[in-house]
Amino acid sequence: MVEFTLPKNSKVGKGKTYKAAAGAKRVKSFNIYRWNPDDGKNPVTDTYEVDLDTCGPMVLDAIIKIKNEIDSSLTFRRSCREGICGSCAMNIDGTNTLACLKPIEEIKGSVAINPLPHMPVVKDLVPDLSQAYAQYRAIEPWLQTETAAPPDGERLQSKEERADIDGLWECILCFCCTTSCPSYWWNGDRYLGPAVLMAAYRWIADSRDERTGQRLDALEDPFKLYRCHTIMNCTQTCPKGLNPAKAIGRVKQLMLERQG
Amino acid sequence: MKHVRAAQMIGRNSEGDLVSRPLSPFMIGTAYRAQMSSMTSIAHRITGCALGVGTLLLTLWLVCAATAAQAFADIQGLLASWLGLLMLIGFTFALFYHFCNGIRHLAWDSGRGFELGAMHRNGWIVLAASVILTAGFWLVGFLVW
Repeated sequence: MVEFTLPKNSKVGKGKTYKAAAGAKRVKSFNIYRWNPDDGKNPVTDTYEVDLDTCGPMVLDAIIKIKNEIDSSLTFRRSCREGICGSCAMNIDGTNTLACLKPIEEIKGSVAINPLPHMPVVKDLVPDLSQAYAQYRAIEPWLQTETAAPPDGERLQSKEERADIDGLWECILCFCCTTSCPSYWWNGDRYLGPAVLMAAYRWIADSRDERTGQRLDALEDPFKLYRCHTIMNCTQTCPKGLNPAKAIGRVKQLMLERQG
Repeated sequence: MKHVRAAQMIGRNSEGDLVSRPLSPFMIGTAYRAQMSSMTSIAHRITGCALGVGTLLLTLWLVCAATAAQAFADIQGLLASWLGLLMLIGFTFALFYHFCNGIRHLAWDSGRGFELGAMHRNGWIVLAASVILTAGFWLVGFLVW
C-alpha cells in the first residue's frame, strides 16, 4: 500500500539539545531520533553536541560516547563494532549503513541518525525486524539435497562452483538494503525484499543444493519476487558492497530460462 | 486491522501494557537521500503516467480533426499556445526519457549494468540522451513549422 507520509503517532517533533562542554574545539551535532514506549508521546529528534577531539572516528563511537557520557537512555543495537554482526544498521545522513563502518568525517554538517526506514520502532534506534526474519526463514536458508551424502566425506564443489556464491554469502543480514527499498516500504507484507531474495539466490546458486526448482517455484509470485522494479537503492546502500539487485536480476533470468 | 503489518505496530511498554509503535521515517527527500537509483526509477513512473495523459491529448487532437474544421482550428490554436507547447515538449521529453530508461531496464533484464559505477553512468547517459533528443526533435519541429 503506497503511502507518502507518516501516520499521526509517528510524526517527529523537536526534542532537547545537549550542549557540548565549554572549551570543546571540534564540535559536531548529532540529531538522533528518540521514541520511548513509556512516555506516551510522539517521537522527537534530540541534538547532542559531541567534541570530536575526545571521540573515536566512527558514528558508532559517537553514539556510544553519547550513551556513556551524555544520555544513558539512548537505545541502539551494537555488538562487534567492525561490520560483521550487522547490529548497528541505521539510517545515517539519509542512507542506511552500519554505524561502525561510517566515518564521522564523511558527513558534512550535523549528523542525522534515524532507525532503519519504514519499520515499527521498538525504542529509539531499534526497529522491529521480526517480519524480515520471518521472511528469511520462509526461503529455507539451508542446504537441501535429494541424493544421499557421500559415505566418506563432505559434498564437494569445484573452485569455480564455489566462486558462484561469492558476493552472496558475505551478506550479514543487517537489512540496510531491505529497508532502503521503496517497494519494501509499500509492499513489505508480501514482497520479500532484497536481503532475503539475495539469500534465496545464494542457495539457488550453490552447486551442492538440489532443490533449485522448488526454490524457484516458491519465489514465482507477483509480490514475493516481482515487486522488485530494479530501483537499485539496495545495491547503492549495502555497507558490505554487495549487489542484491544483481542477484534478484539473476533470479528473474532463471525464471525465464526454465520456461524454455 | 486493515493491514497485516498493523499487527507489528503494536508493542509493549516497560509495564507490559500495549502501546502503539511509531513507523520510522522513510520518505525520499526528507528521511532518505534522493539518489540516482531512486530518482531515475520514480522519473520512469512519472513519465509513464505522463505518456498516458499525452496519449489522451493526442486522441483529443485526432477526434477534433475528425469532427469539424472549427474544432480542429480550436485544438490547433490551443496546442500552438505557450501552454500547449509546454505540454507537447513535456510529452516528448517523457517519451524520450521513458524510451531511453526503458533500454536501461532491458539491459538490467538481460543481466547487464548492475554494477554501481555502470548504474550511475547509465543514469546520466539516459538523462542527457533524453534532453538532447527532445531538444533535437523540437529544433527540427520549429524549423519545418
